[in-house]
Amino acid sequence: MPLLEVNGLTKSYQPGNPILKDVSFSVEAGEFVAVIGPSGAGKSTMLRCLNRMVDIAEGQVFFDGKDVGAQNKKGLRDVRKHIGMVFQHYNLVPRLTVIENVLHGRFGYKSTLQGVLGRFTEAEKQKAFELLEKLGIAEHAYKRCDQLSGGQQQRVGICRALIQDPKIILCDEPIASLDPNSSKVIMDHLKTISIEFGITCIVNLHQVDVAKDYANRVIGLKKGEVVFDGPSLLLSESFTDEIYGMKTAVETRELITV
Amino acid sequence: MQQITRQPTVIRRTRAGKINIRSGNRVSLVLRSTLWTLGALTILAFFFFDYTGFRPLQAIPETLYNLKAMFLEPKLSHFGWGEAAMQVAITLGLGALATVFGAVFAFFLALGAAENLSVPWLSKSIRVVVAFVRAVPTVLWVLIFAIAAGLGSEAAVLGMLFHSVAYLVKAFSEAFEEVDPKILEALRSTGAGWWQTVVHGVLPSTFTYLLSWTFLRFEINFSVAVAMGAAAGAGGIGFELFMASGFYFDLREVGMITYMILIVAIVLEVFSTRLKSRVYSAG
Amino acid sequence: MNETVLKKRKFQMTMLFLGVIVLTYLSAWVTDYGFVSSLEAVPGAMVWMASNLLVDGEALGKLPDIMGKLIETVFMSIAATTIAAALSLFLAIMGSKTTMVNRAFGAVSRFVASLSRNIPVVAWSLILLLSFGQNSVTGFLALFVGTVGFLTRAFIETIDEAALGSVEALRATGATYWQIVSKAVVPQGLPQMVSWVLFMIETNIRSATLVGILTGTGIGYMFDMYYKTMNYEVVALITITIVLSVILIELLSTRIRKVIL
Repeated sequence: MPLLEVNGLTKSYQPGNPILKDVSFSVEAGEFVAVIGPSGAGKSTMLRCLNRMVDIAEGQVFFDGKDVGAQNKKGLRDVRKHIGMVFQHYNLVPRLTVIENVLHGRFGYKSTLQGVLGRFTEAEKQKAFELLEKLGIAEHAYKRCDQLSGGQQQRVGICRALIQDPKIILCDEPIASLDPNSSKVIMDHLKTISIEFGITCIVNLHQVDVAKDYANRVIGLKKGEVVFDGPSLLLSESFTDEIYGMKTAVETRELITV
Repeated sequence: MQQITRQPTVIRRTRAGKINIRSGNRVSLVLRSTLWTLGALTILAFFFFDYTGFRPLQAIPETLYNLKAMFLEPKLSHFGWGEAAMQVAITLGLGALATVFGAVFAFFLALGAAENLSVPWLSKSIRVVVAFVRAVPTVLWVLIFAIAAGLGSEAAVLGMLFHSVAYLVKAFSEAFEEVDPKILEALRSTGAGWWQTVVHGVLPSTFTYLLSWTFLRFEINFSVAVAMGAAAGAGGIGFELFMASGFYFDLREVGMITYMILIVAIVLEVFSTRLKSRVYSAG
Repeated sequence: MNETVLKKRKFQMTMLFLGVIVLTYLSAWVTDYGFVSSLEAVPGAMVWMASNLLVDGEALGKLPDIMGKLIETVFMSIAATTIAAALSLFLAIMGSKTTMVNRAFGAVSRFVASLSRNIPVVAWSLILLLSFGQNSVTGFLALFVGTVGFLTRAFIETIDEAALGSVEALRATGATYWQIVSKAVVPQGLPQMVSWVLFMIETNIRSATLVGILTGTGIGYMFDMYYKTMNYEVVALITITIVLSVILIELLSTRIRKVIL
């Protein structure tokens, strides 16, 4: 049974203007999947349907055998605590320390009161430090997040996702706000995590070359429809053109990166 | 290597040996002590209160009854609708006069107070004076002017002017200070004089902000004018409110007057919020 | 093209200034305001103030009484503001689009805030005076009600600005509503909220004078008493004590703000 299965997912914010049209795919445990497509293709909405941050209108999402759309409040919480999420703008609490932000990932496992009082076990704290060490930012543990660079903040975001003990990590444009060097660091970390811990990764990207370099499998979205789904090796230039709509756009893009 | 990964050296521990996750920096210390102090002072406050004639068991149901009479059965009995509209107009007029004069004075004073347009001694002294003026409650200014200049709308407007000027000088000078230094530099380099810089550089780039602040002050001045009518005999709808409640004990009229004030205040608030959002989205 | 824009702008400015002038004349007419007489009154008023508002020995003898009332007033403002802040925090969490539980709660909380903000503190004072009588509690409640409206609006803005991203992130980890509020929204917005509370305490000390005149409590009542008996030396002393306490609190809150913001 696949870890994640999406069947006929359809979603629209305005009637008559669907952002996702009949999207179906499944992901096996341990896969590293890149979702590519131009902005407005529905990548972000699709990712948010997987943990129901956006309500699922039509179709089904099965995660670990559970129908995500059919869960009640408690069930949804249970689903979400096994799904880590990493955001383009890191979405940390800027005024809190790095270590506090990492521990926020444990709330799914705690009662409301434990969370409100900020009760974390020694094992959880220890684990948080180990993860920070692993991502190379342990020395900043007691700094406020707004004192860190973008790349460092994104690493805090990854630690927050990892401390959830997730089965899958959803990354929404994790490197879109970063410079090339930090981007490489972040992508390398994601790859390492997926291999070492066997955590499945679904990463939204708009850079095709990055997707090809890191992912085993690429899903191409265009105007809310899946136009490519296969090993990244098979992603030829003509498909890329198909996804991005026109050839010139890709050429200009390459010119800029060079 | 393995050992280091398991025991990161940076971990701070509390005295009990538990891992500390708070930063313990100055910001959170000050924040925390401020909150504790305010909490303690609040509890202490109830020991300093004067409880003469305070009978909560009687007062609470009575207030609820009064509120019901006010808001559910409002009615004018001592004056008609025309008169009521006139009184509202007077209050609006007092507010408008204080705001318009205040904005004019504040504009010039703010030019003196803005650090990028003025000299340090001038900007400092204007700020000190403004801080002093702000510290005196408006009602005291109005009452003092009422004896010093004779009771009437002049005293009310002059009294309200003080705070309007103080408020707007602060807002205007902050707006001036945010003008892009490059604009000022460019104008100065063309040999423009100080006034030319103000008229062609500062004014066009801040005008909409000044307008939105001025309107916000008008909104405030309307409720100040109501208060002055009630507490300092400055006339207008506030005075009628005071008469209805303190002289005739006519709760229904109090209710009707409150409704009128409420409607005007909400219209002004909606208008100034719109103006503000338009200014900010444009700028 | 550019010229027409400039022309249009010039036209708008001219209309605005004409409008303001008309408004001013209209206001002066309706309020029976004399431009000349008010200008003439200013120098006279200054002279009057300089010669009458002088503290003398007899007035200083009243200082202990004044200080007692001043302390009562300051405490009244602090208590009203702090307790109002607690309620406002709750209303703001319910009313902010970021943390709203549902639309109905949000609408109710914003409605309550708007009502409390837009009914002037004068009206609250007069209404409460009728049944609560002439004591500190009346003044406290009047300030409290007005403060709730103001702080709720300010807190809603603070929350909206502070916490969009982290709220989404915590929701995605499976955190519960109150975990998100207490660990993401409040820590991020707290410094700004404390700053608003400090500002409101300072404002309330000034409003307390007004409320005091109307409800016969605190320093406002004392001012009114000596004002009506034309004992201007004491009036001057009371004014000075109010000014000093407001400035003192302003300096203190400026220092706190510098650290926390």
